[in-house]
Amino acid sequence: MHSKSRFSLAAAAFFAILQRDIVITGREFVPFLLQALMQPLFFLFIFGKVLPGIGLAAGAFVAVMLPGIVGLTIFLAAMQGVTLPLVLDLGFAREIDDRLLAPLPVPLVAIEKVIFAAIRGVIAGSVIFPLAYWILGDRYAVRSDHVAMLAGMILLTACVGAGIGLVMGTVIKPEQISLMFTLIFTPLLFTGCTYYPWAALNNIRWFQVVTLFNPLTYAAEGLRYTMVPPVHGRVVPTLGIYWVLFAMCASILGTVTVGTKTFRKRVVN
Amino acid sequence: MSVPASNTPAIEVRDLVKLYQKSKTNAVDGVSFEVRRGEIFGLLGPNGAGKTTTIGVLTTAVVPTGGTASIMGIDVARDPIGIKQRIAVVPQQSNLDRSLKVREILTFHAAYHSVGRKERETRADALLDELGLGERKNEKVNRYSGGMAQRLMIARALMHSPDVLFLDEPTNNLDPQSRLFLWDRIRSLNQQGLTILLTTHDMDEADKLCERIAIMDRGKILVNNTSAELKKMIPGGNALEIRSRIIDSSDKLAHQRLRDSLQALPGVSKVEEVAAGPVAPIATAAGPPWAQRGSVSVPASPQEEEMGIVTFRLYAENAGSLVGAAAQAVLTAGAEVRDLHLKQATLEEVFIYLTGRHLR
Repeated sequence: MHSKSRFSLAAAAFFAILQRDIVITGREFVPFLLQALMQPLFFLFIFGKVLPGIGLAAGAFVAVMLPGIVGLTIFLAAMQGVTLPLVLDLGFAREIDDRLLAPLPVPLVAIEKVIFAAIRGVIAGSVIFPLAYWILGDRYAVRSDHVAMLAGMILLTACVGAGIGLVMGTVIKPEQISLMFTLIFTPLLFTGCTYYPWAALNNIRWFQVVTLFNPLTYAAEGLRYTMVPPVHGRVVPTLGIYWVLFAMCASILGTVTVGTKTFRKRVVN
Repeated sequence: MSVPASNTPAIEVRDLVKLYQKSKTNAVDGVSFEVRRGEIFGLLGPNGAGKTTTIGVLTTAVVPTGGTASIMGIDVARDPIGIKQRIAVVPQQSNLDRSLKVREILTFHAAYHSVGRKERETRADALLDELGLGERKNEKVNRYSGGMAQRLMIARALMHSPDVLFLDEPTNNLDPQSRLFLWDRIRSLNQQGLTILLTTHDMDEADKLCERIAIMDRGKILVNNTSAELKKMIPGGNALEIRSRIIDSSDKLAHQRLRDSLQALPGVSKVEEVAAGPVAPIATAAGPPWAQRGSVSVPASPQEEEMGIVTFRLYAENAGSLVGAAAQAVLTAGAEVRDLHLKQATLEEVFIYLTGRHLR
């Protein structure tokens, strides 16, 4: 055993840790899906069925809003997959100690968390499409010519959520958890262009600028770009796709860099 | 990867210093010690002495400010992965993975350490049986008692066959059965060649298990020796207590004669008569104050007094060597020996002597 290279030791530890997380989530798959899908389910029902049904929203609104809901679902599933367990682990449970003593560099333990959380996000995101189809019926409209790009956007959105989750999980102390969730979560939720397209904010310029600081905006706009079919031959305006890709990659890189650093600080003195 | 020679110590710490951020004093302040392969080494000290930090450095959780530390010849700071492969840590409080079932806690731990699937399954079952957890291996740990959790953490630690085991207050808060069981296990693991570094506040535990003991305080190691040698540190901590009956109770001078002949024995620095009252602590008047703790002597009852029974305590550098001569002296003085035993300083007395009695 001692003759194995450091690299193969670390790789084996990394995949064993990932497997642990997968086994646990697999065992609690139904609760996980319920947690991830309850909110979007009701959103779809109210915004896609009830509001248009009573004449308070146009049918086309659903097509523009669906990518936002998909984005938010992925984002939250990924973020929750890392933040809460990490806050508890680093705070007092210390169940992570066993993994920190595994023969792999400490930052990789954090990276594993991000990758696993991203997998959760992708699963939640994939399940929401049939769900939307089932609830929206005729109003379900997703263009099918950007499927590969859509898959990429789902993955990126999950990584953005997991990255932010890592930073939050390593920064927040257990006793602050409910306050921090409100302080960080709520603004993130409502400034992220999930319930409205970014271009429509032209009239409220300052708010439009504010939304650009929220990574969720780029996720929602990117998904809009890949999902919303042209209306009357016109493509729905979104943020430029290259800007979207750039901002999302930058967000992932930034949060993972900061997150692994704060993680290391929390576990190695 | 360098293969360390078999004569390198299991643990080698040189001039270790740790200064935490936001702290003005060194938590560990120039500590050096070695733990031989196959040894049980005790690290003792009051809370805040620097034990946890020292162990933190050795287990890669703390980055040292200065000095070096190595395990099986591998430098802790330079090759943490190599270190993690060779050590196992059993913490004070349970950090068991509550999301997993008991058996999985072991198999996943082994998987983290590259132990093959078949081997980890076999090893997990064997260890669970050995530690009396076999029947409840498919439960989660939520319903485990403190003693069971402790045993499970030891099983987990052994899953990847480490060379060095760190035990942090292993029997803290355990019932006597669990404590005895763990002591036996620790000894037998050590006999199988495992090097063990143990911290504890239980002096009895340290005394029973450790071959050598280092006592730390304020970031420094004060002493590092075998328990027997440490106990010799206390001046006059060694005494021979002899109870005897003067046969002819009408001989009024026999009492003084006995005392004088004991006093005359070579090496005896002081003879003290243990009072017949309710309390008779060791070294009452001139003795060191620490010695008042933990010493018990059987007071002579009024009936015994009438029957001519007296108890003397003899202080000497090596009280054990006086046994024969003292018994002889009693007989020569016309008395008979009723009881004779050595009173040694306890490890706790050594600890308090070195680190003081104030609360931390």
